[in-house]
Order: sequence, then structure tokens, then C-alpha cells
Amino acid sequence: MPTTAPAFADVTASDGALRRFLHGLPGVDTVGLEARAASLGTRSVKTTSKAYAIDLAISMIDLTTLEGADTPGKVRALCAKGAHPDPTDRTTPRVAAICVYPDMAETAKEALAGTGIKVASVATAFPAGRAALPVKLADVRDAVAAGADEIDMVIDRGAFLSGHYLKVYEEIVAVKAECGDKARLKVIFETGELSTYDNIRRASWLGMLAGADFIKTSTGKVGVNATPPNTLLMLEAVRDFKAQTGIQIGVKPAGGIRTTKDAIKFLVLVNETVGEDWLTNEWFRFGASSLLNDLLMQRQKLSTGRYSGPDYVTVD
Amino acid sequence: MSDRLNVLKTYKLYVGGKFPRSESGRVYEVTTATSATDAAGKGKWLANAPLSSRKDARDAVVAARKAFGGWSGATAYNRGQVLYRVAEMLEGRRSQFVREVAHAEGLSKSKAAEVVEAAIDRWVWYAGWTDKIAQIVGGANPVAGPFFNLSTPEPTGVVTVIAPQESSFLGLVSAIAPVIATGNTAVVVASEKSPLPALSLGEVLATSDVPGGVVNILSGRTREIAVPLASHQDVNAIDLSGADADLARDLEIAAADNLKRVLRPQPVDGDWSADPGTHRLTAFLEMKTVWHPTGTLGASGSAY
Amino acid sequence: MASAFEYAPAPESRSVVDIAPSYGLFIDGEFTDAADGKVFKTVSPSTEEVLSEVARAGAEDVDRAVKAARKAFEKWSALPGAERAKYLFRIARIIQERSRELAVLETLDNGKPIKETRDADLPLVAAHFFYYAGWADKLDHAGYGANPRPLGVAGQVIPWNFPLLMLAWKIAPALATGNTVVLKPAETTPLSALFFADICRQAGLPKGVVNILPGYGDAGAALVEHPDVNKVAFTGSTAVGKAIARQVAGTDKKVTLELGGKGANIVFDDAPIDQAVEGIVTGIFFNQGQVCCAGSRLLVQESIQDELLDSLKRRLSTLRLGDPLDKNTDIGAINSAEQLARITALAETGEAEGAERWSAPCDLPSSGYWFAPTLFTGVTQAHTVARDEIFGPVLSVLSFRTPDEAVAKANNSQYGLSAGIWTEKGSRILAVANKLRAGVVWANTFNKFDPTSPFGGYKESGFGREGGRHGLEAYLDV
Repeated sequence: MPTTAPAFADVTASDGALRRFLHGLPGVDTVGLEARAASLGTRSVKTTSKAYAIDLAISMIDLTTLEGADTPGKVRALCAKGAHPDPTDRTTPRVAAICVYPDMAETAKEALAGTGIKVASVATAFPAGRAALPVKLADVRDAVAAGADEIDMVIDRGAFLSGHYLKVYEEIVAVKAECGDKARLKVIFETGELSTYDNIRRASWLGMLAGADFIKTSTGKVGVNATPPNTLLMLEAVRDFKAQTGIQIGVKPAGGIRTTKDAIKFLVLVNETVGEDWLTNEWFRFGASSLLNDLLMQRQKLSTGRYSGPDYVTVD
Repeated sequence: MSDRLNVLKTYKLYVGGKFPRSESGRVYEVTTATSATDAAGKGKWLANAPLSSRKDARDAVVAARKAFGGWSGATAYNRGQVLYRVAEMLEGRRSQFVREVAHAEGLSKSKAAEVVEAAIDRWVWYAGWTDKIAQIVGGANPVAGPFFNLSTPEPTGVVTVIAPQESSFLGLVSAIAPVIATGNTAVVVASEKSPLPALSLGEVLATSDVPGGVVNILSGRTREIAVPLASHQDVNAIDLSGADADLARDLEIAAADNLKRVLRPQPVDGDWSADPGTHRLTAFLEMKTVWHPTGTLGASGSAY
Repeated sequence: MASAFEYAPAPESRSVVDIAPSYGLFIDGEFTDAADGKVFKTVSPSTEEVLSEVARAGAEDVDRAVKAARKAFEKWSALPGAERAKYLFRIARIIQERSRELAVLETLDNGKPIKETRDADLPLVAAHFFYYAGWADKLDHAGYGANPRPLGVAGQVIPWNFPLLMLAWKIAPALATGNTVVLKPAETTPLSALFFADICRQAGLPKGVVNILPGYGDAGAALVEHPDVNKVAFTGSTAVGKAIARQVAGTDKKVTLELGGKGANIVFDDAPIDQAVEGIVTGIFFNQGQVCCAGSRLLVQESIQDELLDSLKRRLSTLRLGDPLDKNTDIGAINSAEQLARITALAETGEAEGAERWSAPCDLPSSGYWFAPTLFTGVTQAHTVARDEIFGPVLSVLSFRTPDEAVAKANNSQYGLSAGIWTEKGSRILAVANKLRAGVVWANTFNKFDPTSPFGGYKESGFGREGGRHGLEAYLDV
């Protein structure tokens, strides 16, 4: 299976060709992009549509723990939470995936057996991505062998920022090959480090050309993570890519999305930019941890009419 | 009259939006003006004001620098509304300031009221300037070439204000407002013998949507605080209004070390009720000129 | 566009505004009936519901109002500028305080979406008063010499597309400079001006400084003609503007006219496409296209025409048309049956002349005045829809090959109010802007307004500028 969409086979033929292609993409006007994202942020989502959005958002969460202090116990607790987010209400949807470091993938896999929840594992020397390619590939191999259904890789931002686009491209291609047909690949750009919207659009195309199944904003480990404008921009990229190649790519904003209000704003972006084809956890995810409890409290509010409190949702 | 005992106010500094005591742990005695005519009497104890140290001055500069990005980056309209809000809040505390100014400057109540009203109106005057000064002092320059050329004023940065010694409130407001109207942040050294209106102004600013650190107010010995501020390498400008001739010269020499913009004591400074004009606004502005080619529509002549 | 994620209705509460069953004229600080007792009804264009019955001013009322304004002028103009400033600051603050109420009112009376009245009209109204308040005591610094004097009584006639904003554009600079005013709001949107009268009361504004005369064109004509009016300010159609220019000929009345437009929105092949699409949408569908500076002609470089039109059509399909009070509505109602008829007729002309018509699929409500967002492609300079101002949600798409062709086409109009330029190349923006004969040129944005920025047209789009330091001149004897 060719990793690059046939329509674009020639643009990855050389570093020069790839650079010319990426730099030939339409520019992004910062003020206009941010104004559009802010304008969509004023959508008022109430009552039935809010209930729909909350359940959809819960089902799209990659419930994440990526700490040095992670233990099997912590991961199992998170898996239990993902499978039954609200023990008082079994109609609550399950999350999409549990996202962990590779050495915890096996624990997660066991804990999630039979739930249908995916195991996502970060890899490629997450979060900095500063390791030799063989080390990164071994990291991926480990995670896949441990049962990861999804690999969240980081791109080499240093290579990207110094203009070595083909190096970034080839690395993604190699990771994709390592995933084979066992795991879907999410490619993290660390948009906060790419800094400009033009770079984010270029990275999006680079990732899609290299075979990403998902493009993802951030590791959650730097100052600026997912924002409405950078996610809107990535949604525009997957929209355009599908229009040109027929290939659908998923989008995952990650980091900094903590409230129901925030999550609904992102869903509005999806709804009005790419439409309902993406309104499923197969094509849109939230990388988040504390978001889930806020969604649950809002969900309780809708069903009981009372504002809930942190004592009425579970810690993990 | 009730024989209830008053609760006295502890006057504190205003730094970074908070009200700390002086790092020195020291205070000095503030008394009514020797010309005071009201019930309080002449030279009567009013309060103990914080005696700021050079470390307080240093902290104030750090706070002012931290606030500069947000304040200078706010829209001029937003700054105008904030300054107007100060006028609104001050109007509500009018009687407090009338009393403090009467005590501080030895004025009758009616004269003190005039001073406070003028100070309130002065905030309104400068509130209106925030989004107009660029239209007065900036503009397009018709350079002889295919270039767009535009000059725009920008705030210079952190400004130290040595507040007037005699006009403890109107003079103070007249010095602070233009500095922050244009987007600078200020470290203010209050009148040495009459610091209380200045310290109370901090309480008004704190409740007027002025972000913390935009104005920082220190009381104490003017020379002790002013000297380290004048030589501070992270201060961009200094207003010497409240410095006497000797101190002004010393501070100007110290300021030369990093070429601070200096506003010397002005001959008009005695009469703070006069039309303030724009010189205090422009004193702390940098002019930035941007060039950009315009060129022509195409490589060949127009077909139309 | 059907989607699994449909937004439930999210209407803004109507109860925040209390509309009286009837309103009088506001003359000399009092509400009063018209001398001849005439009234007219104002309806909500989205439902055709009658909102209120309003006194209809005639020539006699105009005379009374002008006399009141004249009487008030002496004291008002003699006030220190700082005191006039404080009145205007009060008005600005009261507008901010009452902005939700006024936004709902404006949406009811005009038909535009609450999103626009809440996020655009009302903030701009308050900002305009705030800005000109600050000028009242700074006129010596405005560049018109020392102590510039006001003109006297200003007769002001405003349109229905931005009722309160146009009022602000007229009244704020007039009062700041020391004039008194008689203002006639449009007959289809009198209510926000009448609420403004109440704001003047709350602000303690002296009687007679602001007089509001709801009425029709006859009242406007009487106001313009009145011999004791020193200044005429009009915003509206070019035809009426020309009539006013004839009326004031031979008098010493100072005049400013802000009239029609046929703005060209020029998209080059190196434009930031997604933002350009947004700018095109904002340019022509903001306020249902009932905007004098609307970007009603899209000039797109041929090399990207197909791609851009595809994107534009896809985007138009997401616009939400319907209840203007719903917070998620993008496109509201057309202001009146008369305006709807005019838009409909011009669109039919476009089709008859061979342009290709496309409308976003959307259901129009059964009552009220509605027009679906519409594109005409294959339009040339020879088509009526490329030349006449439609003042509705209708975009004519033309193409060009080179920058000079774009400029030539953009300028090929009797109008010259606004234009847009979309390109990532800075020098192209400036070169094209230099050549455009238009009063406002937006680059990589569109329909942006700010009280500090002057606005007004070239050619038959009128003369004089409103807004900014430049806007003071129209109300000063300089």
C-alpha cells in the first residue's frame, strides 16, 4: 500500500520538491483565522444539542495519563474510569481510548479487555522526540507488541523548523510502517513549538502525505497546546486533503481542553468546518484528562436540573 | 456625636496590584500641613506611612515591567475606558479625598473639593487621549519614492514618576495619568510629606480595572527611593516633577547611564489646574516609522 | 445542511426590552404627538408583528424641533468642552449598561441577527460616543486651528440598516463639537432612536440638545430645507443624496452625504484562501448585505476561480438563516417588504441578463421578509447586477487576469465607497490600494469599523467623512 496519496507522489520525491509544495500552500491570515474560530465559539449549544454534544465529547476522549509517576495501579484505575465514567449512570458512554506510555500499554490492554476501548500509546521518545530513528522505531515496536491499537508519535520539530521536511516525512513513513495494520497512527506536531499558523498548515499536509491516520496538535507538555484556531486550521487541512485525495484523516486536539464549554466549542468547529463525517470518535478525539469530570458534572446537571460538584464524580 | 472610637487606616504601599508593607519594616510619621485650618489642627499626627527602601523600589520596577506587555498591548480604547473608570471610582470616594487633601495641603474643605474635582476631571481628560494621541502626533509621511511610510507613537516602557511635593493629589494625578494613558507603566514616588492621598489613590486604582503593576506607589524619603530608580537599568524614563533642583540634577545624571527619557520639572508645574496640554503625553512616547514598498501593479504598463 | 449535531433553538430573551404600545416625537426633552396627529406602525420584519405605533413628524414638527435645537444651542455650545465631554461619556456608559436591551430592540425592529446587534452594532455605538466624548475638550488639538466653533443646528437623516449605529455616527460628533441636533430615523426602524431619547434623559442632557423626529421622507426633506438648519448630514441612497445636494444649493448649509456603493472585493491567487472566503461572506452577507460598503462585487483571479467558488458555496451552505433573536442565526430578515421587492427584482434582472444564479439551500420562514444568500456567476461589467447597488444578500462574481485589470474593473463604477484586497503580498496590497478610487480599502479583512477611523466615499458614494479626527470637520465652522 503506498503511503503517499498517489495524487501527490511527486511532491515527496525530494527535499526540494517537498519544500516547494509545502511553501506553495495558501497562507494563513492570523487575524482572520482567529476571528473565525472566535466567531464559531459564540455558538449557543443548549438543551438537546448540549446533551448530544456532551455524550459525543465523552465518547471522543483519549483519557490520558503521561506522568513519570504512572504505575500499573494508576493505569488500571484510569481504565476503569474510562469504561464506566459515571458509576451512577450506566447510560454514560465510554471514552474512546486510554492513552499511556509504552511500558503501560500491556497493563492497559489487559484492563480494557472486552470494553471496546482502544489502547493508545505515545511513542518515538515522547514528548521531545529527541532520539535516533532506530530508538524511536523500537519504542513504537514495543508499544504495538504490547497491544497498543493506536500510536501517538511526535514529529522531529527540530528537523521541521530547520527546513528538513523530507527527514520528518521519512520518519513518519517509517513509524507508519512499524504500525503496519495493527495500529492507527496519530502524528503530533506540537503546534506550540511550530509557532506559526503557516507552519501548522505545512505540518498538517506533511503528516497527511506521510500516511498519518490522525493529526494531533500537542503533547500537552508545552505552554501552548490545543487552541480553537490551531484545531480549526487542521480541520481545514483534513477537509482539503479529503477533497483532493478522497482520503479521510482524523484530528485530535490535545492539552488544555478542560471544560465542557471548551469541548463544545471544538465540536462546533468540527461540525461547521468538516461536517458530520468527522463527528465520531473514529475521526475526532480529545486528548484530555480533567475534561471528563467536567463533562460528567454537566451531564448530571442536564439530567437532574441541579449543578453538580466535584464530590459527585470520581477521581482516578 | 457618638463617642465611638474611629478605626484608623493602616496606609500601605501599592505594588503589583497588592498592598504590601515596606520591605524595610519601617514607617514615618505623617502630619497635617502646617497651614492646616480645619479641626484637625496644624502639624497633627495623621498616620504612619511606609518608609520604602531601595528593595521596595526594585520590586516595584519588576512589577511595572511585568505589567508593561499587557497594558501597552491593550487597545487604546480599552485603556481609555479603564482611565474613565478611575474617574468614576474616584467620584464615589470624593469625600475621603477632600478630607485627605485638606489635611495634606492645608486647604479649606471647599478649596480641597475643587482640587479633587479637578483631579477627577483630569482622569477624564486623559481617558479621552488614549485613542487620539496617535492621530495627533503620528501619521503618514509623503516620502519621495514608491513607499508606504507611517509613523506611530509607542509607549517607552517603565516610567518613574517623582510626584510633585506640594500638589499631593492633583499634581500626582496629573503626572500619573498621561504616563499610563499612552501605555507605559509607572513607579511613583509619592510626595514625601503628604503621601496619604497617593497611597489612597492606590486603593482606587486597584478597584478600577487598572491591571496590577501598571501603577506602583511608594512612600518614603524621596531621595532614598528616587536615586536607585534613576539609575535602574530596567527603567526607561523618569519624570522629575517632584525633585528639587539638586535632586533633579543628580537624578538626571544617574538617568544618563541608560539614556532614560527625562522630563525635567516644568515651570508650569506650580499650577496644576492649568490646561495640561499634551507635553506630558508625548514625553514618554517613542516614534516608530515603518517603510513598505508599494510598487506598481505589474511589470509592464497597464493594459487599461 | 442536515447534521447529527443540530443546534437547539437558543433565542435571546425578548423580555429584556419593554416596548411601549406608542411613542411620540422627542422635542425639547419631551415626548409629544405630531402636530397633525399622524402616526405610523413599525413592524418586526422577521414576523410582520406590529411592535409599536409611532408619531409621524411633519413640517410643523420639524420647525418646532429646529426651534428647540436653536434655543438649546446657545448654552450647549458655550459649555466648557470638558462638561460636554462628561455628558457624552455618560451616554456611552449608559449604552454599555443597556446594551443587551438595545440589541434585542434593534434586532426586533430591524430584523438583523442578535449576534450582530450584540457583537457589532452595540459595542460600536458605545465606542463611538466614548471616542467623540474625548474630543469635546480637545478640539484645539484636532488640527482645525485654535478654538474651532460649532455650526449650530444639525439636521440629520439616517437609514434603517444600522439604526442606532448611524445615530451614533451622527449625534456623537455633532454634540462633541457643540452643535445641537434634530435627527430623523428611518420609518421602518424608529425605535432605537426613541430609546436613545430616554438615554439622553438618564444622562441629564439639557433639553433641546437632541431632538428625535420619527417620520418619512417628507419629514427628512422638510428638515433639510429648514432655513434655520446649519448643517445637513445624510446617510442613505444616492438618489436622495443627489436631491439633498440640489436642495441645499445656494444656501450656506454644510453638507455631508454617505450614500450607496458597489464595493469590489478583489481576491488574488496568492490570497489566504480560507480567510478570503470568510471575508467574502462577511463582506456581502453581514446584515443581509444591507450595507452601503458591502463587498457586493467579488473580483476573483481566474486561476483560482473554480477552487474559490467551490469553497464559497460550501461555506454558504453552513449559514444559518432564521429567527434573528436566535443566538445561532447568521442571516436575518430583510428590513421591509419594499426592500425585499427591490432585491427580488434586481435578482430577476440578473437572471434575465444571463448571469448564473445559485442560492444556498435553506428554508425560508413562512412569515416575514426573507431572501436566501445568493451568488451570481458569469457576471461581467455589462450586467445590471454588477453595476446597480442591490442592498441585499446577493453577490456578483466577476473574474480578472491581472492586477491592473482588477483595478480597472473595481474602479469602473459610479460608486467609490469600499473595496477589499486579498493577497499575502504586502506591496501588492499597497499598490492596488493606491489605485482604487474608494474611501475605505480593507486588505485581508472586510467590513471593519472603528470610531477612530474615518469612513466615507468617493464619487457618487457621497462626500465628507464620519469617524476619527476627520469626522470632526463636518461639524465645525472650518
